[in-house]
Amino acid sequence: MTALAALRNTSTTTDLLAPRRRPVARPLLYGALVLCALLTTLPFFWVLSGSLRSLDEIRSDPGAWLPHHVTFDNFLRLFRTEGFGQFMVNSVVVAAIVVAGNIVAASAAGYALAKLDFAGKRLAFGAVMAAMMVPFTAVFVTQFVITVDLGLADTLTGIALPGVAMPLSVFIMRQYAMSIPDELLEAARIDGAGEFRIFFRIFLPLSGPAVATITIMSFLASWNNFIWPLIVAQSMDTYTLPVGLAATSQAAANVKDYGLLLAGAIVVMLPVLLLFLFLQRYFVQGISGTGMR
Amino acid sequence: MTTTSVARPRRRARRTAVAWLFLAPFAVVFLVYTAIPTVAALGFSLTDLRGTDLKHPFAVDFTGLDNFVRLFQDDSFLRDILNTALFVAVGVPLTMAIGFALAVALNSGIRRLRGTFRTLFFAPVVTNVVAVALIWQYAFYADGTVNRGLDAVGLAGPNWLDDPNLAMPVVILLGVWRNFGTAMVLFLAGLQAIPDDVYEAASLDGAGKWRQLRHITLPLLLPTTLMVSVLLTVFYLQVFDEPYLLTDGGPLGSTESVALYTYHQFGAGEFGMSSAASFVMLVLVALVSLVQFRLLRPRT
Repeated sequence: MTALAALRNTSTTTDLLAPRRRPVARPLLYGALVLCALLTTLPFFWVLSGSLRSLDEIRSDPGAWLPHHVTFDNFLRLFRTEGFGQFMVNSVVVAAIVVAGNIVAASAAGYALAKLDFAGKRLAFGAVMAAMMVPFTAVFVTQFVITVDLGLADTLTGIALPGVAMPLSVFIMRQYAMSIPDELLEAARIDGAGEFRIFFRIFLPLSGPAVATITIMSFLASWNNFIWPLIVAQSMDTYTLPVGLAATSQAAANVKDYGLLLAGAIVVMLPVLLLFLFLQRYFVQGISGTGMR
Repeated sequence: MTTTSVARPRRRARRTAVAWLFLAPFAVVFLVYTAIPTVAALGFSLTDLRGTDLKHPFAVDFTGLDNFVRLFQDDSFLRDILNTALFVAVGVPLTMAIGFALAVALNSGIRRLRGTFRTLFFAPVVTNVVAVALIWQYAFYADGTVNRGLDAVGLAGPNWLDDPNLAMPVVILLGVWRNFGTAMVLFLAGLQAIPDDVYEAASLDGAGKWRQLRHITLPLLLPTTLMVSVLLTVFYLQVFDEPYLLTDGGPLGSTESVALYTYHQFGAGEFGMSSAASFVMLVLVALVSLVQFRLLRPRT
């Protein structure tokens, strides 16, 4: 309700205040914003321009802004680099497990926490909130020991599993479920539908936006995750892209093969950036969802 | 009423069972990867568990608070606490100031390109840290672009990441660059929740833009500000990726954070020490979260 009001309010703010603004303020404001945007996006521009330059060019003129001669050689070399294809497959597999797990675990848990009345509900919700606050660095040693005990060290499952149930996803699903009217579910219950039927036939079809949000959030978390895969992956066979890139970078830095590194950086960043450009509304929703309770 | 009173407990038990079935997938993963590890971390921190003991984790010696005593006698750990505090003390206000300024700018009547600006400012948040750290290293090394820029205006650039005094500012800069977008989005949401009538009334009374900012926006945004500051504090307290990737804590430990200390102890096979250090981190984060609840409770 407040979100809706907020949306309405901004548009009226703009309408009401725009004419009263002094004429000099607006160009200044735009100028400042453009400058900030340039500074923010400089690294992106720069990695792209660097990745399109030949190795010789980078070596002879390391800090130049634009390629004298555009080449895709770095990308070709990157994909011929041993293991890189495997890192990519690994990242995709891990992300798929994490996203699927989040959709299943979080939508079910969110539904129960918002729409079902049961013993231990407050405890369960408290646990979800507490889990959001446990710092990763406080538990990774024990998580690692457990992963070893489960026989999942150096496996893609072991990398994916802790991310399968993100408390943030549960929280987002629960908040969304709260906004679905009880009457709708009650009507189905009176018609004799069981909870599972209601969940699959009524709740899930209505939850598109929330499912989209948690899909993106969990994909992002998995694709960009670095420290946990770094700990669990012990051989090149299970390296994800970030871990593989970090390992490659140590080797490549010794021979100053920056072209390869920048191309690698592009390949790791690109899927998320493209996804983000198309779906940025959901990314932003997920972030503000953490705070706007 | 009386007829259902007999059936009720059984129906409630059934409902509870169904609900827990819904919760089961999350609950299992939560137990295995959050609840048990948190308790176990405390247990580990009281032992001399080493990486080589992993096969028999319960055969290790109970050493009580020894690890904690060693920890607080370890100069490098104390230095890392200071480094982390510096990261929080500089990073949080800087991130918030930039995020707040941009949110106010985007919310102050501009319409054209507003979505584009928001997207651009938020892009660093979704960017892979390993990829960005590579770019940062490449930018700040001796012949990197930053120094060439300085060269162009006649300044001799230092070797940023090899200088114990200069490495930390670069590491913090990366952290701020990655996080100001989050602060901006949260501030934007907060700003948009302030009703227009308040501003209208104020401007009818002749209050200028600055007075509106000081007397309306800032006070009404206080809950958001508190939330953002806590969120960022908790986040920066755990800073790992940036120092690990840019400098691995160097040069001379000048950028090693508490989280990185934990990781280095873990890498050295000192699981007990690592758990003790991580428990200190857990307490710090819990304290900050507690402050958050205290500050926010009465309002929500």
